[in-house]
Amino acid sequence: MTFQVFMQHLANGISLGSLYALIAIGYTMVYGILRLINFAHGDIFMIATYVAFYGVMLLGMQLWWIAFPAAIIFTYFFGRLVERAAYRPLRNSPRISVLISAIGVSFLIENLAIVIFGGRPKAFPIPPIFNKIIQIGDVSIVSITFFIPAITLALLVGLVYFINQTKTGMAMRAVSKDYEAARLMAIDVDKIISLTFGIGSILAAVGGIMWGLKFPQLVPLMGLMPGLKCFIAAVVGGIGDIRGAVLGGFILGLGEIMLVAFLPALTGYRDAFAFVLLIVILLIKPTGLMGQKLTEKV
Amino acid sequence: MLTIRNLNVHYGGIHALRGIDMDIPENKIVTLIGANGAGKSTTLRSIMGLTKISGGSIQYNGEELTMHKTKDIVEKGIVLVPEGRRVFPNLTVEENLILGAYSRKDKEGIKKDMDWVYGLFPRLKERLWQKAGTMSGGEQQMLAVGRGLMSKPKILMMDEPSLGLAPLLVKEIFNIIKEIHRQGMTILLIEQNAKAALEIADYGYVLETGAIVLEGKGKDLLTNDEVKNAYLGDAK
Repeated sequence: MTFQVFMQHLANGISLGSLYALIAIGYTMVYGILRLINFAHGDIFMIATYVAFYGVMLLGMQLWWIAFPAAIIFTYFFGRLVERAAYRPLRNSPRISVLISAIGVSFLIENLAIVIFGGRPKAFPIPPIFNKIIQIGDVSIVSITFFIPAITLALLVGLVYFINQTKTGMAMRAVSKDYEAARLMAIDVDKIISLTFGIGSILAAVGGIMWGLKFPQLVPLMGLMPGLKCFIAAVVGGIGDIRGAVLGGFILGLGEIMLVAFLPALTGYRDAFAFVLLIVILLIKPTGLMGQKLTEKV
Repeated sequence: MLTIRNLNVHYGGIHALRGIDMDIPENKIVTLIGANGAGKSTTLRSIMGLTKISGGSIQYNGEELTMHKTKDIVEKGIVLVPEGRRVFPNLTVEENLILGAYSRKDKEGIKKDMDWVYGLFPRLKERLWQKAGTMSGGEQQMLAVGRGLMSKPKILMMDEPSLGLAPLLVKEIFNIIKEIHRQGMTILLIEQNAKAALEIADYGYVLETGAIVLEGKGKDLLTNDEVKNAYLGDAK
C-alpha cells in the first residue's frame, strides 16, 4: 500500500469515526440519564436525513444552508417528542417496559418512514461545497471528509462546555446520579431528561446529514446499522461516558476502514468488525474502555 | 408557619402515617423523634411532595402544599437535607452548592450566601474543586446542609444529619444547626439521636408506628419518663 492510499484510508476512517462518535454520544447521554438504550436513536438519525433531503428538495440546492439547520431543529423537537410519547409515561415503570417501548417506537418510526417516504432509495443532494476534490500532494480527498471531523470537533467542544460549565449542564449531571436529590434542588427532572433527548437528537441530526453527504443514499432502514454500530461504540467506550462514546466511535470507524484497507479479503465482514469488537471488549473489560466500576461511599 | 393536619400516607398496604398533626412555628427548632420505621422520613417526604399522601393537609403560611410539585415547594422556601446526604458525587463541592441555588436568579445574593456557607463550613472552602463523592461522610453532610442553605430556605428540614458520623462531628453538626437557628432559620429536625435533638429543640414530637404519641417542649420531653425509657436509654 502506498503512502497516498494509506492517507486516504486514514482520512476516511477519521471521518467515519467522527460520524459514529456523534451518534454514539446520543446513546450514551440518554443511557447516562435514564439507564435506557434508546433504540429509536438510529431512526431519529434517519428522520433527520430525510427531513434534510425534503428540505433541499423544497427550497432548492442553493438554500441548503437553511434546509440543513431547519432539519436539525426539527430533529431536536422530534427527539423530545419521542421521549414525551414513548418514555415519559413509563417513568415509574420497570425498566423492561421502557426497553420494550423503545423497541416499539423504533419499529413504528421505521415503518411510518416506509409508508411516508417510500421504500425506494433516494439520492441525497450534495451541495457543491461538500463535493470538491481537494489535492494535498498526491492525496486527493473529497471536501466532506474534512468537514466531518471539523464539525464534529466543534460540536464536541460545545457539548463539553455545555455539560461542564453551564448550570443546566450541571443539573444534567446531577439528574444522571440522583433524580430525587435533583428534585430537592428545584430541578425539573422531566425537563432535563427531555433536553438530553433533544441534544442527543441534534448530534444525531448533524451526523445524519453528514452521513447523507458522504454516503448519499437514503432508505428508511438506513438508521439500523449505524444505530447498532454506534450503540456498540458507546458500549465499547463505556456507556454513560461521553469521552468513551467518542473513543469508541473512532475505534470503530478507523478499525472498519483499516480492516478493509489492509485485509481486502475480509471486505465482506466489514459490518462484523463492530460485533467482534463488542464481544472482545465485553470479555476483557465489561464496563467498557473508559467505564469505571461504580463505588458507593457511605 | 408550617401546619400539618391529619396527614395520612399509605405505602402499598401499609398505613405508614395515621393522621399526624404538627406545627412548626417561625424561628423555632422543632424535632421529630422516633424509632426506625416510625414514619419520620415519610413525614418529611410528604411535606416535600416526594411521597404521595392519601389524606390530610400541609399548609405553609396558610397555603396548601399538598398538590404542588417538589420544585414549587422548594421555590416557596421549604428545603430538605435528605437522609444519607445525597450529595451529587460526580460534581465538585462548588457545583453542588451552585445547584443548591438552582432556582435563584440573584447572582449577588448567591455569591453572598456562598460566602456565608463557607463561613459556616470552612472545610468546604478548602475543597471547592474536589468531587463530592471523594469526601468523608462528615464533609458530605456539611456539603448537604450547605447545599440546602444555598436555596435560601425559610424552613430547613434535616433528616438524620448525625447518622453515621463520629461523635465529634455530630457535635459540630449540632453546633451548626444552633448557629443557623440563631441567625433566624426555622428548622424541622429528624433525629435518632433523641437526646441531642431535644436539647436544642424548642418543641418536640414523638412518633410511633405512624402516629404522634407525645409532644411537648424540648426540655419537658427530655425529662419525660416515657421518652427517657424508650429513646434516651440509660446513657447519659
